[in-house]
Formats: sequence, structure tokens, C-alpha cells
Amino acid sequence: MSSLFALSPDELTAVRLSLWVALWAMAASLPFGLGVAVLLARGRFWGKSLLNAIVHLPLVMPPVVTGFILLLLFGRRGPLGRFFADTFGIVFAFRWTGAALASAVMGFPLMVRAIRLSLDAVDRRLEDAAATLGANAAWVFVTVTLPLILPGIVAGMILSFARSLGEFGATITFVSNIPGQTQTLPIAIYVLTQVPGGDLGALRLTLVAVVISIAALFASEAIAYRATRHGAAS
Amino acid sequence: MTLSVTIDHRLGNFRLDIAFESAGGLTALFGRSGAGKTSVINAIAGLIQPDNGRIVVDGTVLTDTRNRVFVPVHRRRVGYVFQEGRLFPHLTVRRNLVYGRRFAPDAGGMAEIDQVVGLLGIGGLLSRRPIHLSGGEKQRVAIGRALLARPRLLVMDEPLASLDEPRKAEIMPYIERLRDEMRIPIVYVSHSIAEVARLANNLVVLADGRVAASGAPAAVMSRLDLFPLAGQPEAGAMLATTIAGEDARFGLTVLRTAAGELRVPHLDLAVGTALRVRIRARDVMIALVRPEGLSALNVLPGTVAEIGAADGPVVEIRLDCAGEPLIARLTRRSIETLGLLPGRPVYAVIKSIAFDSHAFAGTLPGGGGGADADMMLG
Repeated sequence: MSSLFALSPDELTAVRLSLWVALWAMAASLPFGLGVAVLLARGRFWGKSLLNAIVHLPLVMPPVVTGFILLLLFGRRGPLGRFFADTFGIVFAFRWTGAALASAVMGFPLMVRAIRLSLDAVDRRLEDAAATLGANAAWVFVTVTLPLILPGIVAGMILSFARSLGEFGATITFVSNIPGQTQTLPIAIYVLTQVPGGDLGALRLTLVAVVISIAALFASEAIAYRATRHGAAS
Repeated sequence: MTLSVTIDHRLGNFRLDIAFESAGGLTALFGRSGAGKTSVINAIAGLIQPDNGRIVVDGTVLTDTRNRVFVPVHRRRVGYVFQEGRLFPHLTVRRNLVYGRRFAPDAGGMAEIDQVVGLLGIGGLLSRRPIHLSGGEKQRVAIGRALLARPRLLVMDEPLASLDEPRKAEIMPYIERLRDEMRIPIVYVSHSIAEVARLANNLVVLADGRVAASGAPAAVMSRLDLFPLAGQPEAGAMLATTIAGEDARFGLTVLRTAAGELRVPHLDLAVGTALRVRIRARDVMIALVRPEGLSALNVLPGTVAEIGAADGPVVEIRLDCAGEPLIARLTRRSIETLGLLPGRPVYAVIKSIAFDSHAFAGTLPGGGGGADADMMLG
């Protein structure tokens, strides 16, 4: 007899996998997101608008299309897929790593936007002040710019994490639906709604998704509040 | 310390074309806003690269466009005190102060930090964040932060402009101590004649991107043609004086100048102390004969040296009082009535109570700008 609050082992697996995939997607895209945001906010180079467009593509394209492109590039026979398998031993196809990659790509524009906006808001005159005190560009970035954009970075991470939890189209297209490997929470809910008598399980997972989302929101509020109180925004 | 600056730089329609030298002390760049003052110190600090120019501090070439020398900002060791402080909001006062320490090649230990903290009176603020500081406190911390990076030169961009009068009076003594005790050369941007009169050893007047005059403040400030350029309604001259004694019965202090004695409201200074006094042109009256039966205590004999260009009903004239300049502001009608011409001997009459704390350029113990109005009324 299943109740509303006792998750079945399969459902628990889906929840754990989703959190795991979302955390990895968020963590792995952070350095790239920061780098691209800095390039877009501060860089002056040929092809900047092209880079901007590519970064934002997953936001405007149907997720299934993004998933299919990932399949072509990172699939077993895709050029990048083969490269990663040969060089780093990382296989994406039909693995949780692929689900994380799909999530990361879908969340990337959101993360870059959040960080870029906070970079635009940084008072460049503070960076000038640091330079007159003897700090070189790298040190200025680490000791002045980075602390000032911390709220933006946190916001970007939360957005990326939340987007990962909700990822469906690109994931199912790229890495399919393998329980314990690529069957994340949204996919599990979808599958449960397709089988007779799965409604209760779907409802349970929906509740879990709501709880996780609210927790993420509260966490981001708390972190942003702390960062603000420490004077990052005056 | 020597500073040599030559800059030719175009910013849109504005052209900055200036050259000046300084042998140390405090050099004031003076002029109305838009005269190019901030651009000059930005070029010295390396925040802008002039189209053409050469900037040399103590033999070290920081900028030389002809020889393609441009030392980057962070290697210049030019301390910069910005108008708005620009403290790092995410760091405490203490960490703001020591920010530049790791780059200072010959940084002293804690003793030096303690010395600067003591000099600026910011010991009680160290654990605060900038958001919890008053404007005056922020500026003192900003000065300390620049000093502790051990700059070879300090540039200050209207550090008092955003402060009210009491706060200005709070900071000025500290700047004087930097100049006199720390002996750090300073380039000080200002459009306030009171600040310049009090602080500068060397004055460079900028107007429309050019140097209109430069030299010793007393000499430059007595030039009648500069006041309109600098946008200053408060024309006036500076007199070098020493404290000669007390008129204890009436609570007055006697100052000796080359032209004669001045009696001013009591000053708590030792006999012999040198004091620079600024006398505003509007506080000076002119008489053809030594006046009698007059309440004003200060009468200095002199001759008319120059009559300024008439522009409207008011004219400024420069007197030569035994070698010391004095500026008087009169109506054109008075000049005609008295028949004033260069060379004519006259008497300058100055009311004692015209001497407010603005007038005194030296360090006044407890002298606060906030008392101005009271002293003028009294």
C-alpha cells in the first residue's frame, strides 16, 4: 500500500539522480559561465555578438533540437563525444554525465546572463582605485570584482540548478530514459503519468519537486541577503 | 621631489594642453569645473594615456609618448585620493587600509600602519565597513589607504568637494600634516580658493585646458585677471604675517606684515608663528588720506598697482603695500570719484572682524570652519 509520502525505491532513485545531475551541471558550468560572462561584459573582440548568440541559443531553440544537436556532437560517434571518450575517458551517451551535460547547456545562458548583469553593475572606478594601489588586473579581479559580483554568481548558480531540475526535452532526446542512469525527476513523472495507476507516484514526485524548488529559492535569497549585508551592494 | 608634467590630449572637442613643474610640497591645480584638472591627475596616475606628453616624477619617467613609455597604473606608485573616496564596500576599513601593502616594495610593519591611523584619527573605525562611515571618515580612510601603499606622489581630486563645511574643516588639518610631517608631495585638484589658499605651496591655475598662471600662491592669487578665469567670485589676496603680540584688554591678536600691523580677533598662537592670511577683496575699503574717527582698526598704506578690467559696475584693484599685494573690490563709480590710477598712494582699510577662519592658512588649533559665520557676525 503506497502512501502520499513514502517514495518507492525507483522514485527515490530518480530524485537522487536529479539532484546529482543538477549539482554537477551547475558546478561544471560555473567556470565556463564566469569566463564567458567576463568575455561578454568586458571583452572587445571580433565575433563577440556571435558568441553571445551561440550562448543564448539553448534559450530560444526548442529543447528537443538542442538535445538532438548534443546527440550529434556528443553521441558515441559524434566528433566531440569521441574526443572526450578518447582523451578524458568521459562518455556522455546514455549516461548520467550526458544528462548533466544537457542540463548544463540548457542552464548556461541563464547563468551567463545573471553573472554578466552583475558585472555590468560593478563600479569600474573601484577597479581603477585598486590599480592605483598597486594591484594588477588579475588581483583586482580576484579581490575587488569577484566579491562584488558574488550575488550575481550565486543567482546564476541557482538559476542553472533550477533549470537543470526542470530539464526534460534535451535530456530525453540526448540520453533517453534509463532508470538509475538518465531518468531524472521530470522524466520519471512523465513516465508515471503514462502508465496506469502511476498517478500517485507522479503526485509524490511533484511534491518533491515543489519542495526542492522552494528550498533552492530560499537558499538563493539567504545567500543574496548575506552578500548584500556584507556591503557588496551599497 | 620633482614633478614635471607636459600633456597634450584631446577629449572630444576639449583640448588639454598644459605643462607645469613642481619642486615638492603641495601643488594645487585650480580652476573651474571643466578646466581639465581631473584629466591632468588621471594622466599622472596613468588612468588616461595622453595623445602626447611626458610625465616625470623624481627622474622616473612614467609617461613619455615620444619614446613610447607608459608605465601601467599599478606600477606607478601614484597614490590617488578620489573625490568620492572609492573605498571597497566589501572590505572593512582595516582591510581597505592595507589593500596596497602587499605591493609596496618597502612597506614598514605595523608601526607604520599605526602611525598613519593615528595621523588620520581613524583608530576607532578599523572594524567598520565603509557603508557605516560618514563622508569625512570615508575621505580620511581613503587618504590612509593611498598613503599606506607608499606612493612616491599623492594626487587628490577635490577630496573635500563632497563634504559640508564642518567636514572640510575636519580634514584640512590632516592634509596639512601630510604635507608638513609626512613630507609627501601632493598634487591637489580644487576649485575652492579657501582650500588652495590654506594648503598650497605652489599654484597652477587652469582655464579651458591651458595653464593660465602658475607660481607661488600669493603671487598668483593677487593677479586680477585670473579670478574670472577661475570662476571665483571670492577674489582676495594673501598676506604673509607673523604673530607679533596680544592686545589682551580687547582680546585681539596683533599680526605683523611688511605693510604694517593688523589687529584680528584673538588667535591662540605663539608669538612669532608664521601665518598666511587671506583678505577678501570685498572686505577692503580704500581711502585717499589716512582715515580718522573710523571704527576699523586696520589701515595699511600702499599704492595702486593695477586696476582690473571693468566688467559691469564692480572693479578689482591691486594695491602694493610695501611689497605685499592686497586686492580691493570697488564700484567703478568709486574709482572715478577717488581718481584712482596706478601709482597713486592710498590707504587700505580692513575691518578686524573680516578675518574669519577662512582667512587663516596656517594650522589653527581647534579652528573649525563651522565657526565662520559666528566670527563674521561677531
